[in-house]
Amino acid sequence: MSARALVTVFVPGDAGAVSLGANAVADVLARECRRREIPIRLVRNGSRGLYWLEPLVEVVTAAGRVAYGPVRASDVPALLDAGFLEGRPHALLLGDIENHEWLRNQQRVTAARIGVVDPSDIDDYIAHGGYAGLQAALAMPPIEIVRTVIGSGLRGRGGAAFPSGTKWQTVFEQVAAQKYVACNADEGDSGTFADRMLMEGDPFALIEGMTIAGLAVGATQGYIYLRVEYPHAARALARALHVARERGYLGKNLRDSGRDFDIAVRLGAGAYICGEETSMLESLQGRRGEVRVRPPLPAVKGLFGEPTLVHNVVTLATIPVILARGATAYRELGAGQSRGTVLLQLGGNVKQGGLVELAFGLTVRQLVYGYGGGTASGRPVRAVQVGGPLGAYLPESELDTPLEYEALSARSALLGHAGVVVFDDTVDMARMARFALEFCAIESCGKCAPCRIGSARGVELLDRIIAKQGNGDANVALLAELCDTMQNGSLCGLGGLTPFPVRSALKHFPEDFR
Amino acid sequence: MSLAPAAIERSVNNAVARTRGEPGPLLEILHAVQNDLGCIPPESVALIAAALNLSRAEVHGVVSFYHHFRDHPAGEHTIQLCRAEACQSMQGDALADFAKRRLQLGFGETRKDGKVTLEAVYCLGNCACAPSAMIDGQLRGRVDAQALAECADAWGVPS
Repeated sequence: MSARALVTVFVPGDAGAVSLGANAVADVLARECRRREIPIRLVRNGSRGLYWLEPLVEVVTAAGRVAYGPVRASDVPALLDAGFLEGRPHALLLGDIENHEWLRNQQRVTAARIGVVDPSDIDDYIAHGGYAGLQAALAMPPIEIVRTVIGSGLRGRGGAAFPSGTKWQTVFEQVAAQKYVACNADEGDSGTFADRMLMEGDPFALIEGMTIAGLAVGATQGYIYLRVEYPHAARALARALHVARERGYLGKNLRDSGRDFDIAVRLGAGAYICGEETSMLESLQGRRGEVRVRPPLPAVKGLFGEPTLVHNVVTLATIPVILARGATAYRELGAGQSRGTVLLQLGGNVKQGGLVELAFGLTVRQLVYGYGGGTASGRPVRAVQVGGPLGAYLPESELDTPLEYEALSARSALLGHAGVVVFDDTVDMARMARFALEFCAIESCGKCAPCRIGSARGVELLDRIIAKQGNGDANVALLAELCDTMQNGSLCGLGGLTPFPVRSALKHFPEDFR
Repeated sequence: MSLAPAAIERSVNNAVARTRGEPGPLLEILHAVQNDLGCIPPESVALIAAALNLSRAEVHGVVSFYHHFRDHPAGEHTIQLCRAEACQSMQGDALADFAKRRLQLGFGETRKDGKVTLEAVYCLGNCACAPSAMIDGQLRGRVDAQALAECADAWGVPS
């Protein structure tokens, strides 16, 4: 056998791929190649976001990257026998994954590098356009960076959809010896995983985004508040932060700019409420994650009482590309008040789940049927929950709603963090309404009565409705009233938005409550 | 199993020393102690409080606020089953019932023989591969009753 060139093989290290056996695939591949004396370079990339094809293995051939999937560890010897290292045919051959119909029409802007690059290799990041945003930002006065973000039309992707540039302006204007950038990586909404994919698959994008934010608003310290449920992301971030520091992209006098910025990761401890920004800031200070009244806004008085720019992962990871390509290029995507792209996360009972990044405008139906291919169970779709546990359930008749802020809010729904969860016709919507309230009761920080008590009373009420105890109509009317109180009287979005799934279930699926 | 007072003190001291100079270090300290000892022993609360110049009530308030912190060690093995919506949409309720039956446990409980702890978690960020579970710290997707039964069998949990 002649000496072979080193073949690069990508086996995702993404938590989702690992949950389906990617580590075993990587282990067997490395072992088999050693045994066969085939030198390979094994890269643990992020996931391309086609989860039904994970573990999705890509081989770099003379003709480009060739994908195979879903690959099980037991498939590896046969793949090697078939010559998959040269991109030869096999039952699992998918070809160039970027030509796959799921990916071909996506507009990967924020997620452009996920699954493509080696997330631990800063040079690979730079070779794929990384740090061009920082370079542009370093050549601008801070206020120009702020104006660029304002001009991009970017709105917070964590759920609240607040205009990002306005926040930057506010923090920029504060006079303080110390300011902070706090990244909310407490991605707790069921149905969402874009933050996780970004941190695992392209952590330098988040680091670069936070660095640019620090330069713009005058902050020298950043914190990433990461949920403890994400150990893979924690490892990916720790590796990337170490490399960025070593290479002078973080720390004192970064890139010889005369400016300082560094980032520390802080782990949460399993509290959904800490995804709410004031609660997160409390938790970052080592306290109970109790929500506090705004004002003062975190942008004025945030972490340790200092001006703090708070954004979620997707928002911050979008900053580099906005700086690199300019505000207009980003703003031209999308429509109305929803500018740029949205990272839709499709999950639950769906045949093809994963990540879809597109300019705003896709409808729920196009996502669920076009990309998702309908339910995994093969049964009819009955309900689709958009926006996590605080998002509304949409029935079949509303699936033509575009996935954008205004269109959803006109239907008493919300986009939230853009998680979309599909349910088939076996779902009992009274039980889902009960779960929404139960979840609120479990996760309420306890500070305000409408949320703390309302959620518990709501669960009791639904138990009576489900068990058909007492006067059903009166119970349903009382539930509606309780929703009013929670929606209007709660301090934050947990109590204030829990009525959304409850009310939508009541409105669209009344038969389940009789 | 109770922990030796000296071990608790050493663990707290190490955690406090490691976070010295950091602002608001309580959560960091609690993580370090739990990683070290498997739980936040009630005896550690006074030590942590003294080191940070907080009241015991304040420290207890933080420990009890967060679901992740436990005041006694988990069993030899831990199954954290996701109970959030995406996993429910994939027959998560039936899976939860199976887990409870097979392990003879409710959520938040540890078997008397100390073999297994069963916990409910709300979203592991793996919603396109539902239902999901974290089994001994390893994320598993598309978990079914058979996968859970295999774990229980391998761990010698009597059926």
